[in-house]
Amino acid sequence: MQTAVIRFPASNCDRDAAVALEKLTGRKPLIVWHRETELPAGVGFVVMPGGFSYGDYLRSGAIASRSPIVQDIKAKSERGLAVAGFCNGFQILTEAGMLPGALMRNKNLKFVCRPERLKIETTDSRFTSKYEKNSEVIFPVAHHDGNYFADKDVINRLEKEGRILFRYAENPNGSVNDIAGIVNEGGNVFGMMPHPERAIDPLHGGTDGINLFKSILETL
Amino acid sequence: MKALVYIGLKPGVLDPQGRTIARSLNDLGFDEVENAFQGKIIELTLSSTDTEAAEARVKAMCEKLLANTVIENYRIEIVTAE
Repeated sequence: MQTAVIRFPASNCDRDAAVALEKLTGRKPLIVWHRETELPAGVGFVVMPGGFSYGDYLRSGAIASRSPIVQDIKAKSERGLAVAGFCNGFQILTEAGMLPGALMRNKNLKFVCRPERLKIETTDSRFTSKYEKNSEVIFPVAHHDGNYFADKDVINRLEKEGRILFRYAENPNGSVNDIAGIVNEGGNVFGMMPHPERAIDPLHGGTDGINLFKSILETL
Repeated sequence: MKALVYIGLKPGVLDPQGRTIARSLNDLGFDEVENAFQGKIIELTLSSTDTEAAEARVKAMCEKLLANTVIENYRIEIVTAE
């Protein structure tokens, strides 16, 4: 399976994402620069990496979300392309309108950087099928703008449609309903603030992220 | 001409920075401060000559990039040189 990682100016988890994808697919992902106008043919899964694209100017993820490659990814995601965004990647996906809601400044105004316990809300999704029902995982978080917000109607819909895949066990940022990760209506675009790509090697303190990649890769 | 774009959070959206500012002002003895909201101003210098057309263009800029209408409101002020 050919995968790709999009690189924006000041992405900093692009390499982590690439290492994770290579480890789980046995094949190096393509690194695609944000100025490209089209994803290379044959790419089945795209990761929007963490980082501080464009220095978080204007709003986190805002400027990156308007880059040429994101327009192509957005169009292809509407036809089923699998996409995951972690941390800044999640911010980019919401700014691009590929996922609902917005990521605001953490409620306590602090940058949080720590291992975070997350509850698996459902295993009935392309991104969580390999996890055990009602289990907990630990992924690192490292963000300043991770406070997930959406209006009541959107939250109700996410809840009703089972589109909240991960919830914080101890909410670090003020996110509505402890939301840590969501999917789009089609179930093919996923975003979360924590970093599963940094939880794939025992030397880094845990491997709970592996099943997320296995889940989505298996569906391709 | 110039366009001033004022961007702020929509009513009902929690503004932790504004809240912290209000609390700090209270701590400094400005007890009359009940609430603070933090927003931003973006000043655009435009080559446009038609005010009305310029405003429509700036509105498009707000919708396309400058504001995130999920959480933010914006207001545009066109300033023409005397």
